[in-house]
Amino acid sequence: MDARDTIPILIETSAATDGCFQNTRPLLHEIAHALRRLQLEGVATTLDLSAIPFGPGDERQLIDFLGKGEVSAKLEAMGESLIWESRYAGVWIVEHRSTSSERLAFQLEITKLPAILASQPEDIAESLLMLREALESPQADGTLV
Amino acid sequence: MNDSMDFLLWTRGTAFDVAIAIFIIGLIIRLFEIVSLGRERTLAEPKGSEFLPGVKTILTRTLPDGGTFKRQPLTVIAGYVFHVGLLITLLLFIPHIELFRETFGFGWPGLPNPIVDAAAVLGVVGLLAALWNRLTNPVMKMLSGGEDYLVWVLTFLPLLTGYLAYHRMINPYPLAMGLHLLSIELLLILFPFTKLMHTFTLFLARWYNGAMSGRRGVQS
Amino acid sequence: MVDKKIKTLGDALRRNGVSRRGFLKFCTATASMMALPPAMVPALAASLDKARRPSVIWLSFQECTGCTESLTRSHSPTLENLIFDHISLDYHHTLQAASGHAAEAAREEAMRANEGNYLVVVDGAIPLGNPGYSTIAGFSNLQILEETAAGAAAVIAVGSCAAFGGLPKADPNPTGAVSVRDIVTDKPVVNVSGCPPIPVVITGVLAHFLTFGTLPELDEYGRPKAFFGTSIHDRCYRRPFYDKGLFANTFDDEGARKGWCLYKLGCKGPMTYNACATVKWNEGTSWPVESGHGCLGCSQPDFWDAGGFYNALSIPVGDISRTTSYAAAAGLGVAAVAAGINHKTKVAARKRHDRVTIDDLEKIS
Ligand code: SF4
Ligand code: SF4
Repeated sequence: MDARDTIPILIETSAATDGCFQNTRPLLHEIAHALRRLQLEGVATTLDLSAIPFGPGDERQLIDFLGKGEVSAKLEAMGESLIWESRYAGVWIVEHRSTSSERLAFQLEITKLPAILASQPEDIAESLLMLREALESPQADGTLV
Repeated sequence: MNDSMDFLLWTRGTAFDVAIAIFIIGLIIRLFEIVSLGRERTLAEPKGSEFLPGVKTILTRTLPDGGTFKRQPLTVIAGYVFHVGLLITLLLFIPHIELFRETFGFGWPGLPNPIVDAAAVLGVVGLLAALWNRLTNPVMKMLSGGEDYLVWVLTFLPLLTGYLAYHRMINPYPLAMGLHLLSIELLLILFPFTKLMHTFTLFLARWYNGAMSGRRGVQS
Repeated sequence: MVDKKIKTLGDALRRNGVSRRGFLKFCTATASMMALPPAMVPALAASLDKARRPSVIWLSFQECTGCTESLTRSHSPTLENLIFDHISLDYHHTLQAASGHAAEAAREEAMRANEGNYLVVVDGAIPLGNPGYSTIAGFSNLQILEETAAGAAAVIAVGSCAAFGGLPKADPNPTGAVSVRDIVTDKPVVNVSGCPPIPVVITGVLAHFLTFGTLPELDEYGRPKAFFGTSIHDRCYRRPFYDKGLFANTFDDEGARKGWCLYKLGCKGPMTYNACATVKWNEGTSWPVESGHGCLGCSQPDFWDAGGFYNALSIPVGDISRTTSYAAAAGLGVAAVAAGINHKTKVAARKRHDRVTIDDLEKIS
């Protein structure tokens, strides 16, 4: 939970301003272009949402618009990361949070699978070592592990 | 440090104060001088009124007369296009109105920026056409002297720099805005001492023409 | 504190049990913080892995500690912790427990051990009017800066005071305050301006030095382009309203409630280069324009003297209506004199043109 939520203040955003800043539309066009590139050339694109000038409500509007697709994943590495595919296959939302739940990065990845989800070669090598070690050390009680 | 922010602060500060002071002092001296000269006593008996024909002429001379239009269509069209564009840009752009409000204590509603933008383009195009006309038309060319070209430049620069600053085509912005202000300050300083004075004297002159004709009972 | 034997950031992270995924995440966050394009992440990962610890000496001169406050309240703590654990902050006037001569000894020690490689971070302006205006352990700010900068790899001027002189330098500048760049001329100086500066920008610059061993690309004011490359106005979400000519006229009218442009209320966004509009403040909660107040232009040189905070940018700095009325009065005075002279000439001329009578003619002949 965000520390801000504990402050007993209600932030009022007037209904009139909510998400009416038209800053999401151009972004959606960009996503469409990136998706097309992915389809034709297989090139993935990452859009850093923290570099987009969002007005209040713009971000929520975008995320609502993209919606949730079939896959969502949670990564636990130096804090939580939430990764989910939007309603539009190939458009992924990646949100990295710190150990104290503060947002570190917020990105859209237009790709088949965000790279961070795949097992990393270095980690694979390391786990192989660990597994071998486990196999080589004989267990006292004769069980496998 | 000699940089764009210093430049902007100077053009918004000292330079503006000096320019506006020269402009106002010069303007008042010249207008006051003209008005205070008064008119020579006319001993002839008036054959009509002065007031209405005076006002009428101020208005009617705003429209082009057919003869001139036929002979010099470009002079007339470029002149109108440029003046309308310039006046809309000067008087109806909201940042400008804010300046007038600060100076006079009152303002007026402005136009949306895209419309002012279009007006500025009209102004620039009109001015370019007028220059082209001046340079290519033999009569115009003969009539034009150094001051005419100076006045053209003085008018063109604020429009151009303003357009470039608004569209952020010069970077950094403080430089663009500073150049715009500087061009206006040049205009303000030279205004009272050049033909630019016509902005104000044209009303006096038209009034005088109309009133004199009215008094003599003829059409102006 | 950090284990001195750990040489690179990669080592440090692995020792802390950070997986490769965790490291990638860290790199993504760092790239985002440094405003690098996401495509740079792999390159960043490669160099971050090998990054070495630089030593940092933080000096505070004529300042209000707002910059340090800003930095210590900086969001994304994991990131900053990592970076700050990794860089060694050998000396910080405000944050260190030691003071006076003991602290100065620590500074000298850090300088000696890292000759030519350490970074100096400065907040606050340097008074030249009288060295006694601001001293630490008997040394003037100027002395300390010159001495510390001499062996530094680079100097980072944090906050508008260090970068441009800031509030101390505001008219009439009673202490004769100058910026770091006015004094340090033979070393690269990065200006992270702002009053206070955006915390991630400070960490972003440190991260850049840590990762690439170089300083980021700078603009004409020595500010990192990645953060100061575009103006507030060009990234402002209220820009569509500016373009349409929809402005708030007061802080509580309909326009203000609808979130229209704040130009008329004095927003200096068009002339101000900073990252507030995208990076935002307070853990990305909001930023001045979003909370309904115009930009003050705090990251620009001499913004204190750039006219009223609530005057539209198009309004000149001075008291324009006073200048105008004085000028008008002066004009009228001169004009009255001119009119008097003209009148005399006219009367004289009229005299010469008086009607001639038969008697006159007879007299003459
Ligand atoms: S609020 Fe300020 S920065 Fe935003 S569009 Fe208006 S003038 Fe520009
Ligand atoms: S919005 Fe303007 S005044 Fe406010 S912190 Fe950002 S640059 Fe400074």
